[in-house]
Amino acid sequence: MKSVFKGSMPWILGLVAVWGLEFGVADALDPYFFMILMYAGINIILAVSLNLVNGFTGQFSMGHAGFMSVGGYAAAYLSLLVEQSNPEFMATGLGQTVVLLGCLLAGGLLAAGAGYLVGLPSLRLRGDYLAIVTLGFGEIIRVVILNIEAIGGPRGLPNIPALASFGWLYTWVVITVYFVWRIVRSARGRAFMAVREDEIAAESMGVNTTKMKVSAFVIGAFFAGVAGGLFAHYLRYLNPQAFDFNKSFEIIIMVVLGGMGSVTGSVVAAVFLTFIREALRYLKDSGFTQLDYRMVIYSLMLIVLMLTRPNGIFGTKELRDLLPRSWRRKLDEDRFDGGAKA
Amino acid sequence: MLEFIQHLVNGLSLGSIYALIALGYTMVFGILQLINFAHGEVYMIGAFIGYYFARWIGFNQDPSLWALLSTLSVSMIGCALIGFLIERLAYRPLRKSPRINILITAVGVSLFLQFSGQLVFGSDPKFFPQVFQPSGDWSIGELKINPLQVSVFVISLVLMAILQFVIFRTRLGRAMRAVSFSHDHASLMGIPTNKIISATFMLGSALAGAGGVLVGLVYPKIEPLMGTMPGLKAFVAAVLGGIGNVTGAVVGALFLGLAESLVVGYWAPTFRDALAFAILILVLLFKPTGLFGTNRTEKV
Repeated sequence: MKSVFKGSMPWILGLVAVWGLEFGVADALDPYFFMILMYAGINIILAVSLNLVNGFTGQFSMGHAGFMSVGGYAAAYLSLLVEQSNPEFMATGLGQTVVLLGCLLAGGLLAAGAGYLVGLPSLRLRGDYLAIVTLGFGEIIRVVILNIEAIGGPRGLPNIPALASFGWLYTWVVITVYFVWRIVRSARGRAFMAVREDEIAAESMGVNTTKMKVSAFVIGAFFAGVAGGLFAHYLRYLNPQAFDFNKSFEIIIMVVLGGMGSVTGSVVAAVFLTFIREALRYLKDSGFTQLDYRMVIYSLMLIVLMLTRPNGIFGTKELRDLLPRSWRRKLDEDRFDGGAKA
Repeated sequence: MLEFIQHLVNGLSLGSIYALIALGYTMVFGILQLINFAHGEVYMIGAFIGYYFARWIGFNQDPSLWALLSTLSVSMIGCALIGFLIERLAYRPLRKSPRINILITAVGVSLFLQFSGQLVFGSDPKFFPQVFQPSGDWSIGELKINPLQVSVFVISLVLMAILQFVIFRTRLGRAMRAVSFSHDHASLMGIPTNKIISATFMLGSALAGAGGVLVGLVYPKIEPLMGTMPGLKAFVAAVLGGIGNVTGAVVGALFLGLAESLVVGYWAPTFRDALAFAILILVLLFKPTGLFGTNRTEKV
């Protein structure tokens, strides 16, 4: 019992901190800063989940925004339904929580289903082809949403209940990071990485590469769907144009910048890029420049990164690898002791 | 029936523009096994070079075939230069790195050109000057054919014929085919591989530039993000025809153009963009080598 508790300590602390902030200071924050924090959280979920597919499993997916939109629309549609049919239930705090979690899970599962569909071609395709097929799937999802009148079609879906609080959003951030962190350290995670390093060698070692690739897609898509649901319930408005391939590229840039195969790298890059984006918006708004340099800078960053440091800032290292060796040893000891006793 | 033929005409003229772009994709893929994502953006730049050149000379006051041809050649030369720079600055330093890095770079170059295009040209759509106005409407019975569309089709065919000649009848073409067969062997035979790769990029980009001008003629609204979709669709066309195969790219592009104009005509215009990707997924799942592609077995 003690060992389980020990390994989970940082995560539990994280959750405590999230809810402490929620009840302590979230309301007192500057609304603009608060908004950036919320977007940063959504971007962390997106980047970390995409990293599982692109970084750890080596399947270059360019359709993450598609999964996000599936989850977002599904969750938003469901919660709108509940609000219409049962407004009293939605007025209570408990009701809101239940509806939010239910809708997020439903959206995530639907996105996971889409991820399964997209993952299937990855059995036969690799590299560039897979990239462009996932991009194509993302676009197809967008066009399909554009043509469904029930969810607003091209007009978008407005008036989604504002259910995503700071606490719940960052709870999902902690869950996502925890889940991905643990899975890449499990047997399955090793199998993911084996697929990335050499598919044929992995197969000859008995790794079911098909299953690994598809499951990476499904897990990645699930969390992207949850992120979409959170996005919908925070912004309260969805528009298919928001999920075009530029959105996918934005998430890819976070993953690549942070390092393909580094969970903490993705977290840092997601936060960094969210803040950079707002800083650039500030430059534009303050009249310093009339032009939108954001995407130019992002894309230059990608090119320069590939030319000079192709593994991203962190490579496959994690933040804790930057700690002094003695600290790291302490952390490792804790973990391995726990494992042995259990 | 009349309507159907009208859609066919539209489809062929659209398809011939896709073909010009698809040729660049397929040539670059043939020689480097690289999907040059930035190719659609080269096409966009081609349209803008044509736009500025034609306005600078003042061709819109004085449309003629000569005006069209000179706009075409200027934009082709400009695009060849851009293609050369892209290869030299972004792709060549990475020639030996893992495929995924080159892919990311290609995506980066594509985004960079799109958004610096917005900075340089402005993000508002511009109207391409009428550099060429064939007189009157040609009509066969009740069928009206826009002579511009016919000119686009004819010019594309001529350019493709020239390309065929270059690839199969000249020393440069022979060298290109040799390099696409094997870099190492070609360079052992004394072929300057790097120069040939540059030449391939320039040739492909020039064709994309021509596509940009021609599209400006028929659909005169041009803007910096116009290249993405046609670029991706042209890639689909190249895959459909069997990537690396020049004839295949043309056939695939014409097929895609026709299919699109029929979907727009008989079903829903909004599904137009999804069609190409649906075709792509089906082709890659059931016949990954495309219509004319050769099968490459993967070796351990």
